[in-house]
Amino acid sequence: MQQFPCPFCGLRDEREFHFAGEAGKPRPDTTQPISDADWAKYLFYCANAKGASHEVWVHTTCQEYFVMTRDTVTMAVLGTHALHEVPA
Amino acid sequence: MTRHFSTFSVIREGLKGHTGWAPLWRSPAPKDAYDIIIVGGGGHGLATAYYLAKNHGLKNIAVIEKGWLGGGNTGRNTTVIRSNYFYPESTALYDLSVRLYEGLSKDINYNVMFSQRGMMVLAHSDAEMEMAARTVNAMQLGGADAELLDARAVQKKAPVLNFRDDARYPIHGAIFQGRGGTGRHDAVAWGYARAADRLGVDIIQNCEVSGFLIEGGVCKGVETSQGLIKAGRVGVATAGHSSDLAAMGGYKLPLHSYALQAFVTEAIKPFMDTVAFSPMTGSYFSQSDKGGLVIGGGLDRIPSYGQRGNVPVQETVLSGIIDMAPALAKVKLLRHWAGIVDVSPDSSPLIGPSGTDGIFINCGWGTGGFKAIPAGGYLFAHLLATGTHHDISRPFDPDRFQTGHLIDEASGSGIAH
Repeated sequence: MQQFPCPFCGLRDEREFHFAGEAGKPRPDTTQPISDADWAKYLFYCANAKGASHEVWVHTTCQEYFVMTRDTVTMAVLGTHALHEVPA
Repeated sequence: MTRHFSTFSVIREGLKGHTGWAPLWRSPAPKDAYDIIIVGGGGHGLATAYYLAKNHGLKNIAVIEKGWLGGGNTGRNTTVIRSNYFYPESTALYDLSVRLYEGLSKDINYNVMFSQRGMMVLAHSDAEMEMAARTVNAMQLGGADAELLDARAVQKKAPVLNFRDDARYPIHGAIFQGRGGTGRHDAVAWGYARAADRLGVDIIQNCEVSGFLIEGGVCKGVETSQGLIKAGRVGVATAGHSSDLAAMGGYKLPLHSYALQAFVTEAIKPFMDTVAFSPMTGSYFSQSDKGGLVIGGGLDRIPSYGQRGNVPVQETVLSGIIDMAPALAKVKLLRHWAGIVDVSPDSSPLIGPSGTDGIFINCGWGTGGFKAIPAGGYLFAHLLATGTHHDISRPFDPDRFQTGHLIDEASGSGIAH
């Protein structure tokens, strides 16, 4: 089994983690009119990067969401940080 | 040189020591320009080239493949062919594929070994039996064959399945599609390649696309490891790597790439002559002509481009198989591998313009691309030749993510991809 580092709990078994989505995809400003294209982009479209990918994950045992940067080819973890932290 | 396969040519070549067989396809150097270039020499790409030449009379076509023909998902899947979907749009698409498969060996003069041994989707409770009846009705309304089997009929067809009293998932019945079955995956790639080559299509292997030539917002060709090749239109059929090509071509796709794992056991005596799938565990298996059991299951849990397996999904798939057929607990695995599949938000494929003029896409088949090869090629060829959709591919245009006309087979037929 692979181990993923939770920023709050440390290294834990991969089965405790759930992929939530790509990071850096803010919800459109719903106080303004939003085009169908923009909604589709937000809801469905993604970079699906080959190589380094910034993603939001949840550690299901502590229920904390965090950002993990991962190499999608080798599965190596390149870094994790809590959602409110800005990476150095 | 003997090109056509027939009883007569086999006997004649046998008498001559099999020295006169022509290679199945040429390996030409790429020309400077083609009318249509297809990126990806898997089943969909090769079928597209074949139908472009056969149905639309186009001659100046190239298929560009970064590795070898059928070296991606076409050679990695579990070879199941079926059209047991829920929505009429899906049934029209996948049943076109089954119909084309039924005539394919004759059409391309190459035995793709399509064995219509039937496919069973098991139901494990009374509620699931009601949903199974709904699917059977939907399939029949859509024009596909479907039968609702009770437990006794399932046991007659596949006595090796788990009918014990203490079964975790007792079998109440199944959706049976008798025209479904399995094919020989390599033969589909090789057969389409050979047939396309004979109609003048250039198949260029070991030629990796590194970028698109875009002039004034319009794609005019592809940059490759064998130099720049110009094209009137470019069709991209690269399955799990479609998003990678999209980044090069300046368009975006609503896809996630996942590894999908498969397994083959050691060869055993004839054990089961149909395909059985249990939606409860996501596992399914069939027996190949060689005797090995071909086993598949659900997607990996995490998006990835790594073409290899991992333990958590292996455990899920194999424990599901043992639950379905406990006699398999001691059978040894011979091989295990993974391919990268591209999964769309509504679990239905994408056929249409890419968003960059001159580039068209055929992707998003998820875990079920193999069964759709003939239809994918047929419809993509229509799109590339005419610039407009065939009626059957129209609902699968990527514009459905803006209009909201999703074809949600994940909830419709409970199929994972």
